[in-house]
Amino acid sequence: MRFLEAVKVALTAIAANRLRSALTILGVVIGVMSVVLLVAVGTGARDEVTEGIESLGSNLLIAVPGEPGPGQPPGRRSFTVEDVESLRRDLPPGAEVTTNLTGGERLRAEGEETGGTVVGVTPEYQAVTNVEVVRGDFFGESDLTASRRVIVLSAGAAENLFGERDPLAQQVTIAGLQFRVVGITGEAQAAAFGPQAAGSQVYIPVTTAQRLFNTQQLDTLLVTAPDRDRLDAVASETERILTTGPGVDREVSIVTQDEILGVAGDILDTLTLVLAAIAGISLLVGGIGVSNIMLVSVTERTSEVGLRKALGARTRDITRQFLVEAVVLCGFGGVVGIGLGVGLAALAEAVTPLPAVVTTWSVATAFGVSVAVGVIFGVYPARRAGRLEPVVALRSE
Amino acid sequence: MSAPLIELAGVSRRYDLGDAEPVIALRDVDLAIDDGEFVSIVGPSGSGKSTMLHLLGALDKPSQGTVSVAGRDVSQMGDAELAELRNATIGFVFQQFHLLARTPAIANVELPLVYAGVGRAERRRRAGEALSQVGLGHRLEHKPNQLSGGEQQRVAIARALVTSPRLLLADEPTGNLDSHRGEEVMALLADLNAKQGVAVVVITHDLEVAALAPRQIGIRDGVVSEPAVLR
Repeated sequence: MRFLEAVKVALTAIAANRLRSALTILGVVIGVMSVVLLVAVGTGARDEVTEGIESLGSNLLIAVPGEPGPGQPPGRRSFTVEDVESLRRDLPPGAEVTTNLTGGERLRAEGEETGGTVVGVTPEYQAVTNVEVVRGDFFGESDLTASRRVIVLSAGAAENLFGERDPLAQQVTIAGLQFRVVGITGEAQAAAFGPQAAGSQVYIPVTTAQRLFNTQQLDTLLVTAPDRDRLDAVASETERILTTGPGVDREVSIVTQDEILGVAGDILDTLTLVLAAIAGISLLVGGIGVSNIMLVSVTERTSEVGLRKALGARTRDITRQFLVEAVVLCGFGGVVGIGLGVGLAALAEAVTPLPAVVTTWSVATAFGVSVAVGVIFGVYPARRAGRLEPVVALRSE
Repeated sequence: MSAPLIELAGVSRRYDLGDAEPVIALRDVDLAIDDGEFVSIVGPSGSGKSTMLHLLGALDKPSQGTVSVAGRDVSQMGDAELAELRNATIGFVFQQFHLLARTPAIANVELPLVYAGVGRAERRRRAGEALSQVGLGHRLEHKPNQLSGGEQQRVAIARALVTSPRLLLADEPTGNLDSHRGEEVMALLADLNAKQGVAVVVITHDLEVAALAPRQIGIRDGVVSEPAVLR
C-alpha cells in the first residue's frame, strides 16, 4: 500500500471517530501548546532584558562595592560623592562618570498616588544610559550643586499622577518633600537595573536623593569609556582609582555590559529550557495517552485487521496503517497545539506585562516532537495490529 | 494435466488448549478442487467447516499434511507471499459481509486493489465493473448502512471478484439473509461460476443451499465424505 493511501485510510479512520480522536490528541495539543507558550514567554523575557541592558550603552562599566561572585549581596553602599569626583579627575579625558542611589518611594500629587523607583543621579546619567526625555528637560549641574528638589518623571508615573493634564512644573510629593516636575521620559524607557522598573523609574539629583534617603553614600558608579577599544583600560583604571588612596580599604567589582548580558542571557536561557522541559513532560504524558487509545483502537478493529489480511494486506501494510494513523493524529494535535500556543502567547502579551515572542525553532521543535511522539507511541500498538493472525482477527465479532 | 487449484493431502488441524485435551478440528483430510468447479462443503456447526475455510483460504496452516494452492505449499510461504496469494488468487465472501463501515461501496470493492498496488483511476474502473457485474452499478457511492443485507453481500462478492481470482471462497454467504435473498446470492455465484469460470466453494450448514452446487462434500467431526450424505 502506498504512503498516500495509508494517510487516506488514517484520515478516514480518524474522521470516523471524531470524539475519540479529539480526546486522543488532547494530551498532545496541551503539551505542544505549553511548549510553544512557555518558550515564547521565556524568549520574550530574555529579549526584553537583553534590550534593556544593551540600551545602557555598549561602552558602559558599572562599579559596585564588594567582591565579585555569588553570595555577595549587592548594594552595600560604600561609594561617596568624593569617588565620583576622583574618577572625573583621574580618568582619561572622554570618559563620562555618573552614579546612582536608588530607593522605592510613594509619589503623590493632587490626591493621586503611585509607587516609584526614585533614582538619584547626576546629569551625565542621561547621556551615559541613554535616557530619552520627551518633554521638558533633564535637570542640570546647578540643580545638583544646589540639591534642588526637581524630578524627571517616567511616562507611566506622569500618567498615574496627572492623567491627561500637563505635569510639567507641577508639584510631586515624596516622603513629605515637594518636588517640581522638570521633564518626562519616553515610553520605552530602559532601566539600569532590570526592565521591571522601567515603567516607574523617576530621576532626582543624587545630592537631593542623599538627603531624601538620609545617607552620604551611593549605590553604584557608572563609567563610559570613550570607545570600546579603551573599555578594558578604563575598567582597570577605574578599579585602581577606587581601591587605592589614603585610607581606602575596599573591594570593588567592575562589570561590563557584555558580562551582564552574558550572565542574564545564560540565566534566562536556562529558565526557558526548564520551562520547555516541564512542558515536554506534558507532551510525554500526551504520547502515553495516544498509545493507550491506539491499543484500544486496535482491539476494537481486530476484525477489520482480519478482513484486510484476508484481502491481501501484509503485516507491514497493517503496521504502517496504524502507525500512520498515530502520526497523523499527533501531527494534527501538534498543529492545533501550535495554533493555541501562538494564540495564547499573543493574548498573554496583550493582557499581561509579560512579553511573549514565538520563535520558529520552538514551533518547529514542538511539531517535530509531536510527530515523533506519534511514531514512538504508535509503534507498539501498530506492531500488535500487524501481528494479529487473520483467523483469530476474523473470528472476533 | 495441471495441478489442482487447491489440494489437501493428509491434512489435520489440531488446536492445543493448554492443559485441556487438544481439539482435533480436521482429521487426515484428502481433497482436491479444480479450476472452474462449483463445490459446496456442508456440515453442522462444530464439524470443522470454519477450519476447512481457513485452510482453503490460506488464512491458517495445517498441523499435519500439506495444503497446496495453485501448486504451492502454503506452509512454506512467508507473510508477503501469503498476502499476495490471498489477494490475487482467492476472493473471500463472509457470512457477516465484513464491509468497512462508513465507506462507500466502491471504496470497499477497491480495497483488494489497493493492496495489489493498482493505481487510483484503474482501481475505480475495475471496482465499478465488478459492482455492475453483481447488479449494483447504480449504488457505487452508497455506504453499507444504506444498503440492504442482500446488497451488502453483493458488494462483498464484487470485492471478492475485483482481482479476478481463480477461487471464490464463500463462508455461509446466505447465513444472514432471508431465503429469497439467499437464493439470489447463490444464483449470482452460480452465474459467475458459469460465465467467468471462477471456481466457487460455498461452505454452509444449510442442506438446501448445499444442494445448489453440482459437487457436494460433507464434513462431520473433522472428517470429510464425498459425495455428501444429505439428510
